[in-house]
Amino acid sequence: MFRTEMMDINMGPQHPSTHGVLRLKLVLDGETVNDTDVLIGYLHRGVEKLCETKNYHMIEPYTDRLDYVAAMYENLGYVETVEKLMGITVPERAEYIRVLTAELQRIASHLVWLGTHALDIGAMTVFFYCFREREIILDLFEAFCGARLTYNAYRIGGLPWDIPPGWIDRVRHFVKIFPGRQKEYETLLTKNRIWLGRTKGVGILKSEDAIDFGVTGPCLRASGVDYDIRRAHPYSVYDRFLFDIPTGENCDTYDRYLVRMEEMRQSLRILQQALDHLPAGGVMAKVPKRIKPPVGEVYHTVEGPRGELGFYIVSQGDDKPYRMRFRSPSFVNLQALPHMVKGALVADVVAVIGTLDIVLGDVDR
Amino acid sequence: MSDALIRNFIIPLVQVLVVLGVAAGAVAYMTLVERKILAFMQLRLSPRRVGPHGLLQPIADGIKLLLKEDITPARADRALFTLAPIITVIPAFTALALIPFSGGGSFNIFGYPVSPWIADVNVGVVFLLAISSLGVYGIMLGGWASNSKYPLLGSLRSAAQMVSYEVPFGFSIIGVLMLSGTASMVGIVEAQQKAHLWYFVPQILGLFIFFVSGVAETNRLPFDLPEAEAELVAGFHTEYSGMKFALYMLAEYTSMIVVACIVTTLFFGGWLRPFPSVSALAWLNFGLDKLNPALPGFFWFFLKTFLVLFVYLWLRGTFPRYRYDQLMKLGWYWMIPLAIANVILTGGVLLLLRR
Repeated sequence: MFRTEMMDINMGPQHPSTHGVLRLKLVLDGETVNDTDVLIGYLHRGVEKLCETKNYHMIEPYTDRLDYVAAMYENLGYVETVEKLMGITVPERAEYIRVLTAELQRIASHLVWLGTHALDIGAMTVFFYCFREREIILDLFEAFCGARLTYNAYRIGGLPWDIPPGWIDRVRHFVKIFPGRQKEYETLLTKNRIWLGRTKGVGILKSEDAIDFGVTGPCLRASGVDYDIRRAHPYSVYDRFLFDIPTGENCDTYDRYLVRMEEMRQSLRILQQALDHLPAGGVMAKVPKRIKPPVGEVYHTVEGPRGELGFYIVSQGDDKPYRMRFRSPSFVNLQALPHMVKGALVADVVAVIGTLDIVLGDVDR
Repeated sequence: MSDALIRNFIIPLVQVLVVLGVAAGAVAYMTLVERKILAFMQLRLSPRRVGPHGLLQPIADGIKLLLKEDITPARADRALFTLAPIITVIPAFTALALIPFSGGGSFNIFGYPVSPWIADVNVGVVFLLAISSLGVYGIMLGGWASNSKYPLLGSLRSAAQMVSYEVPFGFSIIGVLMLSGTASMVGIVEAQQKAHLWYFVPQILGLFIFFVSGVAETNRLPFDLPEAEAELVAGFHTEYSGMKFALYMLAEYTSMIVVACIVTTLFFGGWLRPFPSVSALAWLNFGLDKLNPALPGFFWFFLKTFLVLFVYLWLRGTFPRYRYDQLMKLGWYWMIPLAIANVILTGGVLLLLRR
């Protein structure tokens, strides 16, 4: 007489809250998600293959286009990988400026995450507040390297330019005002009953599952695993800074929110220390015009805002890499999505996509 | 023309046309006000290009919606698809017939007395409840007739939501009815005048429940699940475009205004001036009462209604969205028991006072 059936529903690639061109095939039982199929590749540009045809200098702008929300980290990871392959020592001042820009980028990226995550859950105002502060950071980047989104800010061996005059004071000003601004977001969300209801206990990712899926970054730390590449395998000059690694206990969306909020505060601490100890000197090491790394292969990771950002280069002594491979955290973290939303409601899918903080440019490459 | 014809047909017709016109204008400018207030809360600019400070923006929007291609999806149920927005918009406007916009006197036009409300029905509140719950049919049918998945989910949600919040919505009014002893909208305001007390003081709980359920009934944030843009694209009106879409929007904003009008009438003394007995505050009438005793009433009524509407927008600027199951839980576990408790409490206190 009566029968019920599952409903297949397509979420994306043109859906307002899949953060780009992610496509999910949801099998719904009423509003409950029974099965999820993640379909990706709508933004695939074949960057890895492209890199094989470009020389090492020409690759850096391509890395900008991977994770365009945190392009500084793509630059940083790439140039450090090549430097590691060639054994170049970067001047200290350049390292400090890299840390400064990278940590600013982490804050900017987390602001995009917070804004869009809150927007997905319906809190529209937070989005605009976040973008107000992100604007300050983008202005700083513009003053530093001329670009606001795809920076191409570093060079193999250091930096193309020193920082412009007055830049340090502007960063100091930002470090001073940001804690107050962050309180504004927290008053809107942290103790908000609706926000708690929408994030607590949603998208639980137990620590063993997180490790099995290879999830890294804030998502892993919110699952209670104290793993941060800045601490575990320090790169650049991160071993000189004091900072805490926040971890969560409940492994849910709310903990991931708290972890990222705390990470922004820790980034400010690093910024403060880097500003105080910024050494003088040059910003570029002596590097040959044509970069020809020795034969060999190298894998190097940096702690991006989304997690472990890895670069693998195989060199055959040519001025072009033989093989280039990116380990993008968004792609790996996304694999945990079906597991996290099983049995949840449609509204939770949106919350979980937001909390995973994926960038489709990074997923599809 | 006979006297009876004018009294019973022409005058109501004129009243209806005036109210419809004012309401449609109010809805149009409500969209602008909403955008202005939200923009102010969210540190951004509102529409500023069309006319001075964007004042002509609603007209531009209206023209745009009228001229847009009216798409009916190929596999939609054509008749119902067209009918659904109409079903939604009619009850929303009908409810306006019962709102007493002012009181204390009637206008004299060509020797005929014209009251500042269309109808004063002795079961006014009950009629309002009945008519306002009809709107859900349009939403349900619209979502179903689209023959598309997201609208279907949206309409299912809205059916569940509106039916559940109908209950506390109705219960929360009973306290007011007990206090005033009448179900006529005009009677309730007059009772508040007589009691020298606006009912939001004794009925603060009722006001809270009524307003929250009202927000849920009109599908506004934080209860805008049927059209949750982050989850269901646009909910029940995903497939709608052009004028039909405009009708849905018109209905939503009209019901918002209607709920604000009801809140004003039931809990904030309708057209009454604050502290009417304090003669030192008589300047608040701006001398309008010398022209006609009903005129200051309009001012106060619209001011209060606007303040209630402002709270609507304030909520939208502040809160995230509830999840479907949490919304139902809130309705059935909190709102309905609270509303019933309010009824019992009010009845008990009234009994004690009478003794």
